[in-house]
Order: sequence, then C-alpha cells, then structure tokens
Amino acid sequence: MTVVEERKLVLPGDLLAEGEGYEVGANVYREDGRIYSYVVGLASIVNGKVSVTALKGVYIPKRGDVVIGVVKEVSITRWIIDINSPYQGILPAIDVFGKRFSADKVNLQDYLKVGDAVIARVASFDRTMDAVLTVGGKGLGKINSGRLEYITPTKIPRLIGKKGSMINLLKKESGCNITIGKNGVILVEGPNRELEELVAELIRKIDREAHVPGLTDRVAEILKSITKRE
Amino acid sequence: MSEFVRIDGRRADELRPITMRIGVLDKADGSAYIEQGGTKILVAVYGPREVHPRHLGLPETAIVRCRYHMAPFSTRERKSPTPTRREVELSKVIKEALANAILLDLYPRTTIDIFVEVLQADGGTRCAGITAASLALADAGIPMVDLVAACAVGKWNGRIIIDLTGKEDEECEADMPVALMPNLERITLIQLNGRLTSDEFLEAFNLAVKACKRIGELQRAALKDYYEKIKEEVLYEQ
Repeated sequence: MTVVEERKLVLPGDLLAEGEGYEVGANVYREDGRIYSYVVGLASIVNGKVSVTALKGVYIPKRGDVVIGVVKEVSITRWIIDINSPYQGILPAIDVFGKRFSADKVNLQDYLKVGDAVIARVASFDRTMDAVLTVGGKGLGKINSGRLEYITPTKIPRLIGKKGSMINLLKKESGCNITIGKNGVILVEGPNRELEELVAELIRKIDREAHVPGLTDRVAEILKSITKRE
Repeated sequence: MSEFVRIDGRRADELRPITMRIGVLDKADGSAYIEQGGTKILVAVYGPREVHPRHLGLPETAIVRCRYHMAPFSTRERKSPTPTRREVELSKVIKEALANAILLDLYPRTTIDIFVEVLQADGGTRCAGITAASLALADAGIPMVDLVAACAVGKWNGRIIIDLTGKEDEECEADMPVALMPNLERITLIQLNGRLTSDEFLEAFNLAVKACKRIGELQRAALKDYYEKIKEEVLYEQ
C-alpha cells in the first residue's frame, strides 16, 4: 500500500509505503515490511521503487564523476584538492607530467598553485582512501576564466533538469558556458560579468526553490525578461 | 486531578509553550533554535566533514562529537564559560541519544559535530537540546532512521509532572529525562535522578512517551513549515 504522494515533502522516519511489492531506492530503508525515509526530501515511487530525493547533503565521490575543485595544498608529488566533500581529492603529479616525472626537475607550482581551480574526473574512490583525481580528458584541467558557484550537491539533478531542460535553458538564454561539477561546484563562463552574475543568481534560486513546482518556468521567465531588456 | 496546578499554572501533563525554528545560521550545515518556556537553545551541526585531528577518525564509520555548553549569561548567576563536569557529561549523553538515530556507517572517516549552546536555562536543557539538535541534523541532510524528541518528567510535591521548569527541577523529588524516536517508538535516552516507586515510574514513563510524541509532532511541523514558507514566498512573488 502506498502511503505517500509523489513529490511530497517527507522527513526522517516518515512512512512512505507498506506491504509487498516495493523496492528500496535511495535514502529509504525497510523495516517490518514498511518503508521509511532517512532524510528531508521529496518522495518518489517509480515502478514500485521507493526513493527520496534529499534536499540537502554532502557530496560522496563516485568513480567517473566530473568534479570542480580548488587546490588546497601542493606537495612534492601531488596536489591536494578541496572537492567540497568530506573526502579530499588527490591529483598525483604523474597524472599531469607523465610516468617519467621526477620531483627534482619539475615544480608542481608551475602547473597548479594553491587557490587555482581545476576540473577533474574521479579516477578511483573506495572510502578507505581519498578520491584520486585525473585531469586527462577533454574539457578537464586548470580553469583559467569564469566564476565558481556552489550549490547543494543533492540538487545537481534539479539544476540539470529533465533531459537537461534546465541547464540547456540557462546556457541558451544567457549565452554563458556552464560546467557542472557533480560535487556541487559550478563554473560559469560568460561574455561579461553581468551575465555571469545573472546565471549565478539563478543557480542560487534553483538551490533554494528546488522543492517548489514550476521552477523551470520561473527561471525561463526571468531569463526572458532580462534578455529582452538588453 | 483538575484542581492540581503547578507554580506556573500548568496542569501536570501540560508542556510549556514551544517554538522551533530551522536554518537560523548561515555558516552551519544545519541549525535549529528552540524555546521551551524559559529555556532557549541554539544548535549548530557541521558535517559529515573531515576529522581534525586526523587520528580521531574511524575507518569504518563516522564519529559524532557534541559540545553542550551554557552561555555565561544563561543563568541568574554568571556561569563560568569553562565546561563544567556537568556539561562534559551532558555532551556525552546528548551525543549518545542522537548517534543511535544517525546512519554513521555511510560516512567512514568523517565527523559530525554538534554544538548545543544554551542561551537561557530554565530546566530541561538537555532534552530541549536533543530535540533541537535532531532538527539541526535533519536540516544538515544527515541520514537518520527517525527524528529524536526528548522531554523530562519528574515527581514534584508527590505528583508526576512533565516538562519541569528550573524551579520545579530544584524542588523535585525525582527527575527523569527521556528521549524517543517518535515514529519508531524507540528510546534513545533514559536517566533517573531521585526515587520513584515502580508504579510511579510507569506513570512517569508513559507520560514522557506521550510528551515526546507531542514534541515530535511539533518538530515535524517546524521542519515542514520551513520548506513550506519558501514555497509560499515563491508562489506569492508570482
């Protein structure tokens, strides 16, 4: 028996579904044949799979994720990167300079300094170690221009929208290039500061209003009214 | 039963007026504020985050650290800001009452830090602290099997009463704080100071469970309200 409505706000310990025929999805648990929520979020039941989209939460690295981080520390053989997560990112020097890298010939600071931002991919992560990153790949590496905006990592899917509806809208109407890090860090590169600031503001709006229906329409309206003025 | 009235005019099984607010601090990952009669408490939650110093971290689970602290101005006589033995003990008690609800093994090698700051003390600070901390944890997005609600019961002038004020707490014959996960009906804390007969204990315990459930309802309402308010604001703007 389904107890909860679709897209309803639920809290930890709230009963979502009861009885047979339900699968346990994200952020829910089963006890005595009942399914409860773990977090504050929006409930959803798709093909009998009960899950909750959390409204807040931290980023847990996953292999293959593209993340955006800021260099926190430079050692002789690696960079330590803050990836907006309880676990830090490690970028080994050999990833940038190749296997024949030798620490006495190359100064890591020449490539990335403390405070530099970087787009990277998670190469491996298994909870016993920090996330190992790589910058080998298209679109990865040091960030040279634009601004960074931070949102709750659990709201990244909302920022992307159904089949990319939200992010494509933002890109198209603002003319800015937007790179989303799965860790909740977003790079906005636009033709001018005003447009970058506008997109940043809309991203903050999405973060705040993720649980209110009709968000894409509201964002579209704001974008339209502003681009028209210009 | 009807003529029995307490110092502040409440019935034996009546809670003090309670207000709860969520997300009151910008820099914390989660925060909550509670007023329960004259007791006023602010709670901030950080995490899961990296453990410092590093060696405190555990390889298979997150740790919970809690600091219960009373502000120097929280009592009539100035309280020294250095943590007293009592505060160290309450920190541990509060931590354990909450840790049981949190899914710690999802975040190995991390810490969840809870700061319970008593701004004004008028009885039941550990319970109100637990109630507010649980809201702050939910606000931080930390996975929990249920919220935790807490309330004290006690024996005063030979009667079992709930939610003792500071004065009642001083005068009482027995005092029993209870913390409960309201939906799962599981106890996460029970302490007893003083003496109760087994019948009195049962009566007190049942009242405490009822009070915790009532507080649990208020917690849920406060959390829902927080998100509903954003929704209303947005829809109003349109």
